[in-house]
Amino acid sequence: MSDTQSGAAQREPTIFELSRPGRGATAQMPPPLAAQVPAELRRRRRPLLPEVSELQAVRHYTRLSQLNFSIDTHFYPLGSCTMKYNPRGCNQYAMLPEFLGRHPLAPVSLGQGVLACLHELQEMLKEVTGMQGVSLTPMAGAQGEFAGVAMIRAYHRARGDLARNEIIVPEAAHGTNPATASMCGMKVIEIPCNAEGDCDLDALRNVVGPNTAGIMLTNPSTLGVFERTIADIEKLVHAAGGLLYYDGANLNAILGKVRPGDMGFDVIHMNLHKTFSTPHGGGGPGAGAVGVGARLLPYLPIPVVGRDGDTYRWLDERDLPASIGRLSGFMGNAGVLLRAYIYMRMVGREGMQRIGEYATLNANYLLARFRQAGFEPAYPSRRATHEFILTMKREAREHGATAMDFAKRLLDFGYHAPTTYFPLLVPECLLIEPTETEAKEALDGFVDAMIAIQREAAADPSRLKGAPYTLPVRRLDDVRAAKQLDLTWKPAA
Amino acid sequence: MEIGRLMSERAARDGRPLNFIGAGAYEHHIPAAVWAIVTRGEIYSAYTPYQAEASQGTLQTIYEYQTMIASLTGMEVSNASLYDGASGLAEACLMAVRANRRSKSLRILMPKAVNPTYRKCVHAIAGNQNLRFEEVGFDAASGQTAFDSLARHTGEDITAVVIQQPNFFGTLEDVDRLTDWAHKQGALVIAVVNPTSLALLKPPGEWGEHGVDIAVGEGQPLGVPLAAGGPYFGFMTTRMEHVRQMPGRIVGRTLDLDGRPGFTLTLQAREQHIRRGKATSNICTNQGLLMSAATIYLAIVGPEGLERVASASMARTAELVAELTRIKGVREVFTTPRFHEALLRLERPVGPVLEELARRGIAGGYDASHDYPELGQALLICATETKTTGDIANYASALRAVLGTARAA
Amino acid sequence: MSNNVPAELRYTKSHEWVRKNPDGTATIGITDHAQHALGDLVFAETPESGRTLAAGEACAVVESVKAASDVYAPLAGTVLEGNGGLADAPEKINTDPYGEGWLWKLKPAAIEDLEALLDASGYQRLLAESAE
Repeated sequence: MSDTQSGAAQREPTIFELSRPGRGATAQMPPPLAAQVPAELRRRRRPLLPEVSELQAVRHYTRLSQLNFSIDTHFYPLGSCTMKYNPRGCNQYAMLPEFLGRHPLAPVSLGQGVLACLHELQEMLKEVTGMQGVSLTPMAGAQGEFAGVAMIRAYHRARGDLARNEIIVPEAAHGTNPATASMCGMKVIEIPCNAEGDCDLDALRNVVGPNTAGIMLTNPSTLGVFERTIADIEKLVHAAGGLLYYDGANLNAILGKVRPGDMGFDVIHMNLHKTFSTPHGGGGPGAGAVGVGARLLPYLPIPVVGRDGDTYRWLDERDLPASIGRLSGFMGNAGVLLRAYIYMRMVGREGMQRIGEYATLNANYLLARFRQAGFEPAYPSRRATHEFILTMKREAREHGATAMDFAKRLLDFGYHAPTTYFPLLVPECLLIEPTETEAKEALDGFVDAMIAIQREAAADPSRLKGAPYTLPVRRLDDVRAAKQLDLTWKPAA
Repeated sequence: MEIGRLMSERAARDGRPLNFIGAGAYEHHIPAAVWAIVTRGEIYSAYTPYQAEASQGTLQTIYEYQTMIASLTGMEVSNASLYDGASGLAEACLMAVRANRRSKSLRILMPKAVNPTYRKCVHAIAGNQNLRFEEVGFDAASGQTAFDSLARHTGEDITAVVIQQPNFFGTLEDVDRLTDWAHKQGALVIAVVNPTSLALLKPPGEWGEHGVDIAVGEGQPLGVPLAAGGPYFGFMTTRMEHVRQMPGRIVGRTLDLDGRPGFTLTLQAREQHIRRGKATSNICTNQGLLMSAATIYLAIVGPEGLERVASASMARTAELVAELTRIKGVREVFTTPRFHEALLRLERPVGPVLEELARRGIAGGYDASHDYPELGQALLICATETKTTGDIANYASALRAVLGTARAA
Repeated sequence: MSNNVPAELRYTKSHEWVRKNPDGTATIGITDHAQHALGDLVFAETPESGRTLAAGEACAVVESVKAASDVYAPLAGTVLEGNGGLADAPEKINTDPYGEGWLWKLKPAAIEDLEALLDASGYQRLLAESAE
């Protein structure tokens, strides 16, 4: 690999710089028809949209795509994100023209096919989580979380239990947990984890009480360990009158093995774009289906697919009057849901069990190799779940090589960086999740790259500070970006 | 293999009806190149662009998107997109509370002419934070938000006023007058707009004397298929002075270690992964794939193409209304200028009529009688540039047959 | 880490400093330790003049690339002036936290409340303890 290779050749001007007045893809435009807009409502100046040929646009965006890492081109050991392969078949069948052309408000008689798929998806998700009901409408994990906490709030309010306005969140939780609780008008109570990565039960005992609305738990936790005190937590919180929320971000680790419903959880959200392999699309769309136990069934967000005999229909306000309401303009990210449905059908019941097994096997294999190579696990006494944390404390102390330096240098070796500086509790941490879809050779290559970087750090730490060298750009000036805000392209004066 | 067959069968069962429904999602022509590019693995299977050096393609696309959407809405800055239009309006209401420091009331005036599902969604998402939404009625003849019912609140502490253009009925609002009134009360103005219409209509940034404060809308019409309701994307733009109150991802251009330009996520300190319980929102993604589709769509159609799409949609809807109102028992409810939707009144319940039309392969419109019982048997229809004179004639003859009436003289 | 803690100022546990001015007003900012922990500041928002503050109220925000942090009022009182110069140059908080990087001036409700705050040695002790 040549470190001196410049990325400059890969740079691409903005589409606006390619624009020339009067150019356009006329073949893609309808014939001009006159429209009568009242003068006072008429637009006076045209918007700044590029005037390019279709080929220019195709070439520009194809080139831009080539500046990205992606699962199809690179290994993403990105902890907490479950970057597994997105099977192409899921996309192909979800993009059949009949599905794409269906208007969401068309009569259900014209949508029995798609509704059957969504109803079966609800049933399959109930089955794998052990919950009593599922709503597919939340459009992302964060919206699923919102739905979950909103249901907990609605449950207590419906019982006249108005004092319950506190949500307990372990400090290792994803930032969305406290942000969600605040959005639901709840007070966030953070509790610590102990040195082995389990929830601190004494701290929990001190904060549960008549104000507890519920607890939000990620299990396995974001520390890359299974929460061993789950049964105790369940007893404590339920005995105090609170409900248990399961953040399904790490569901991949337990798929087909244990079910949150059986552990006593009242509500769970699932990231279909993680566990069920729908694509990340460079940052979305996701889908954050929620599952609930019996107590929260009346509050599920609408619409939910219902079945009367052989016909399916959307259940709405009339069917679920206590629902927390609608979270989207229509019925959630249907196209994403179809992909998850196809994925689950392709994998099947047996395949589902192997997902959890291979995801944890791959993680434990990686962890073992890293131990062998002298890297330091954050929780040395614990096995990995589907992910684990290395701490680069020693490398930072001895060579000044931080977790961020390792992350950036990995890009030069052709590996996407692991999750860095999350969870905030572990200093200089790398959260690593290989997923079940990576072959042994990919895992070995990644370990070898880390070893090579560790050697570099010892020999010449400044080498790491300047990384990456081989990408389209080198490290970017974040301070300048935030101070001299340049958020839109402007024509030269 | 098995699943492929099953999906094909189910798709075939749903068929491909001739669609005249709008009500928040619109069928437009999508150049084949848009989805051919977006489904490339490098876009489809890429992660959120946290590692900027390995995500310049995604980041530059977002920067281009921000530029196009800001200009289309006539505003200074755009975020990288939100989940959809409805939830985007909820986020805009929460943002208005943060941005309007002078107002203490948490009161938001919400016209009844705003999409009813959006209003429900706003309640579900923003209602837990003590915001109060007060309805403003519409004029029974014009279909526009009734200025009198707004003016009743003159002199009160109002946090924000929502204005949808065109409104849910397709009617064009007198946006200058509404915006100026709201600003005189010290309220912020949140515009809900259809992006296609902005090729023809005055952008929110130019409404009234000062322009609106936040503009949001459903981005689906820009290259995103109907797809049974999603995934779509919401867009949001605002003034530079409010940028730190805006939820969602934002991309900025900066320099790298060698002084070369590059793109990165910026203003992240507002976001949930840093600010946790004090974040502007719990949102942690944009709708990257759909935002990419919209950017490519806008690049291919360009300003001329978007204008033609908007004009053709408006003209086809006029043609559809003219054709359908020639049928006895079908009348247009409102008289004011509209964009590409219109509300018709039938003499029979709308639901069964739509079922009859569905049997003839026509998705005939949206039954508005549940949301607006005061309007009677109301049917909301839409035609876009995808509909031909022949399609419109087919709809008219099917409706005529369903209503069992002869052609009016 | 170098920690400049001027002897003549008073401090809070949340890392604000207060200077008692000869005219009975007070000037408030964040400490050298705080600016160091936040890193390069990119934005600061100060309270508008005339605003009445309760002690402990969050009334300003300082933002770096990696964190946005609330600043709490060490004393109750009425805001006389926010530091307008920070709008274009938030880095003054980094380069001169006790001088040009001040956040707001206050007319305290009761200047004797100042006595309840930490003195320089107390604040230094706090920093030493938290470093352990």
